[in-house]
Amino acid sequence: MQAAPGDSFVISSPAPLIGALVGAGWRVIGPQEVDGTIAYEELRTADDLPRGRTDDQEAGHYRLTEGRPEAWFDYVVGPQSWKKWLYPSRRKLWSATKTADGFEIDDRAEDYPKTAFFGVRPCEIAAIERQDAVFDNGSFTDTDYARRRAATLIVAVQCARSAATCFCASMNTGPHAEEGFDLALTELDPDGDHRFLLQIGSAQGAALADGLPLRDATGDDHATARLAAAHAAAQQTRRLPADIAPRLKGKEDHPGWQAVAEKCLHCANCTLACPTCFCSDVEDTNDLTGDHTERWRVWDSCFSLDFSYIHGGAVRQDPAARYRQWLTHKLSSWHDQFGSSGCVGCGRCIAWCPVGIDITEEAAVIARDDG
Amino acid sequence: MDAANAQDPMVPHRYRVAEVWEELDDVTTMSLLPVDGPPRPFKAGQFNMLYAYGVGEAAISISGDPAVPERLIHTTRNVGRVSAALTRLRAGDMLGVRGPFGSDWPVEDQKGRHMLFVAGGLGLAPLRGAVCQALANRLEYEEVSLLFGARSPDDLLYRSQVAEWGAFSGANVEVTVDMAARGWTGHVGVVTTRLERILGTSDPANVSVFICGPEIMMRFTAQDLTELGVPASRIWVSMERNMKCALGFCGHCQWGPDFVCKDGPVFRYDQIGKRLAIREI
Repeated sequence: MQAAPGDSFVISSPAPLIGALVGAGWRVIGPQEVDGTIAYEELRTADDLPRGRTDDQEAGHYRLTEGRPEAWFDYVVGPQSWKKWLYPSRRKLWSATKTADGFEIDDRAEDYPKTAFFGVRPCEIAAIERQDAVFDNGSFTDTDYARRRAATLIVAVQCARSAATCFCASMNTGPHAEEGFDLALTELDPDGDHRFLLQIGSAQGAALADGLPLRDATGDDHATARLAAAHAAAQQTRRLPADIAPRLKGKEDHPGWQAVAEKCLHCANCTLACPTCFCSDVEDTNDLTGDHTERWRVWDSCFSLDFSYIHGGAVRQDPAARYRQWLTHKLSSWHDQFGSSGCVGCGRCIAWCPVGIDITEEAAVIARDDG
Repeated sequence: MDAANAQDPMVPHRYRVAEVWEELDDVTTMSLLPVDGPPRPFKAGQFNMLYAYGVGEAAISISGDPAVPERLIHTTRNVGRVSAALTRLRAGDMLGVRGPFGSDWPVEDQKGRHMLFVAGGLGLAPLRGAVCQALANRLEYEEVSLLFGARSPDDLLYRSQVAEWGAFSGANVEVTVDMAARGWTGHVGVVTTRLERILGTSDPANVSVFICGPEIMMRFTAQDLTELGVPASRIWVSMERNMKCALGFCGHCQWGPDFVCKDGPVFRYDQIGKRLAIREI
């Protein structure tokens, strides 16, 4: 069967697709159950997928539980995101060795084999695209990010269910993605005529699909997929208003910042779980002789006191100022910087906040005009 | 772009220290020559990321004259781990340089106007190149003035050059200190007390001002200048924030919607004036 971008087919299981990717020499990264959460690690076969698992998420709460035994993708996002592969939490920038009259720099990049991200959710496609804009900002290109991104294939999984923390529908980032993938799967009817709609998003995706056991998608297959997306969207109770960005402007003195700061532990969990947060620090490490030194880039968070340190002290001493920076950057000034929201509605910051602070609630408080 | 062959902007170029001048107790100026290639041109007001081997990087403004790009001139105060290592460097030592980065003082655009520089303490370092540029074309400006304030007479940077600018280069120079010391016969008081005098008989609408110093000094100087009739759109300030990359990637230097590293460090006052008054932003 000759596949082309825009085509849709039906496949009975994700297993042949993973087999085809591995067979074609791709490193396949996909969801697995690790430490009671969904983590994105290397898959060898479809058996590594957390089939039959679902998640229970709320503010400050995440549990993986037994789901429908046949369902392959009944869970949504866990604490990790794909950024750990494109923008690793620790990366050696370069190293240097002392010489008689100075030092030599070695900037050889770490190997990144051609990699397929398997099981990328629509909100996560949006998050990757937000980071694309950050790391190629018109003035500079993060060459390491660009190299990884160019060698990455995206196999999306459309969402047929939302967790209680999901609010992608109000951010226009899900639960169904129209583009941004090479291939996309939608799981249809796991309790009955179990099958997957396979959408072709690119020529590379088409080439991979060509060898798979496919049949043409029917009107009924498409209707079932649309119903699944509508069901997932209808499950969402949280939302951010479309005009949140302008409504957060000029609210620097709103009492709501102090109120949320009294709950916030400034632990930085939200920024680490967030799939778009991009802040980093640089660390220098030396060996005992001092003849060899390395520079490492590590994830950082605007919630840490040192983050804004300049001579004389940190600019943002007050935890309220740090929470304000995070929320206004994410939801408001990101638009000024990159032309979109920094939030994709994945809900990770809500689930993984140890005290259950909910970004949708806090933004609504600040946006209220009577502040 | 071809990602595989592109130069990683986080990797520094190697430079060597040519000369070192002890400026003040804890401040040195050094000139740097490139090891790895030709010198890169810069504009007054821009900065470089200077790397001390094994210690780290710091954002340091360029103090040289853009007309002399062969040598990088940097003035550094020893206030932390990296700046301590930078001030310890001696002639012949190697260091890393990334840059130049950021926006510049639009000194050429002010021709025909009274060009006023207001510097507080080490704030003269980022202004030095722009002063040189204006004085090289002194007659194309209605007036070139420098109002320079420091905490005490011992904190006056580039002392002999400042005197030279006033005596031989056609600049109208006013120096003031917050606290006098024995032997000081000049003015005492913060820079804002001298603004009216330095504006002289100039029409305030024809005055352009570049300000660099502590944030609170820039805020009140700009505020007083606008009250004296200088248009807010003719006042520029240079901001300082924590920086790790200077590329807009690390997020540290965000100031409202701006990345100080690439949208600044030089900002036009009418565009950011309100923000200067917001605490801990």
